Amino acid sequence: MSCIEQKKYKILLEKTTFKESREYIEKNSDEVYYVPPGYKIFNDYYVIGIPPIALGAKSNALFFTYTKPCHGTFVLTIDDEESKKEINRLREMEKGKITASLKKSKPLESSRSPSAFRIYGKNEI
Amino acid sequence: MTDAKVLLMMGCPEVPIQTSIALYLSHKLTNLGLDVTVAGTDAATKLLKVSDSDGYYAKKLVDLDKTLEDIIEKRTDFDICFAFMHNDAGMTYAATMSAISQARLYSIVFGIHAETLAETIEFDCEKIVAKAVHNPVQLQNKLDKVMEEIVK
Repeated sequence: MSCIEQKKYKILLEKTTFKESREYIEKNSDEVYYVPPGYKIFNDYYVIGIPPIALGAKSNALFFTYTKPCHGTFVLTIDDEESKKEINRLREMEKGKITASLKKSKPLESSRSPSAFRIYGKNEI
Repeated sequence: MTDAKVLLMMGCPEVPIQTSIALYLSHKLTNLGLDVTVAGTDAATKLLKVSDSDGYYAKKLVDLDKTLEDIIEKRTDFDICFAFMHNDAGMTYAATMSAISQARLYSIVFGIHAETLAETIEFDCEKIVAKAVHNPVQLQNKLDKVMEEIVK
């Protein structure tokens, strides 16, 4: 999972708790998506953590958590073509979930379910 | 419960009792007939390798992140997992294990902030808590009882 260290990232928050990192992403992103532990981004990085795991989007920058056993949790951001693709993938998944839900005429899953994807506008948080 | 696959998941090795308890658990569980794998960070694994240079107590040593990756990708899984934690990062790894694996999870919570840390655990697991840093005996005694239950 340390492959992320080879990418061009910026550290937004360092050596903190997972909960504080999630709150940072929720407060500082324009869009927030919740994914289950093990969700893969950038082809080979598995996001780990305490569900719900927040991923944030701000323009083309993706905000995500990175936990190191001896140093705590970091919030990192990557802003490039790959992050743009990841954000689009999250949007597509969210759209797919809504479409599937409408087809079944069932209410949406709870946003706090570990398996659920959910988007929030900034004002909803 | 013999032949069950057991994972010992070590975190940051900053607190001394982790290494001795990991070796103790690995050896005891192996002697009880369980198939034990010990996963850790690079430093935690090196501490174990130096302490047990012939691999007498811990026979299978693997990388922690690679193991989680294999479980996520469904290349492997375990029946029982003991997750060591003395900080928030350790708890984060255990929470991940709880979400991705079918294993029955035991959280071994130790260190100076053990009780406070144990209170923050929200996932399903059995907690084994000891406010211990240097002296492993309290934790050892609690784990002896857990092992008795496992082999019943």
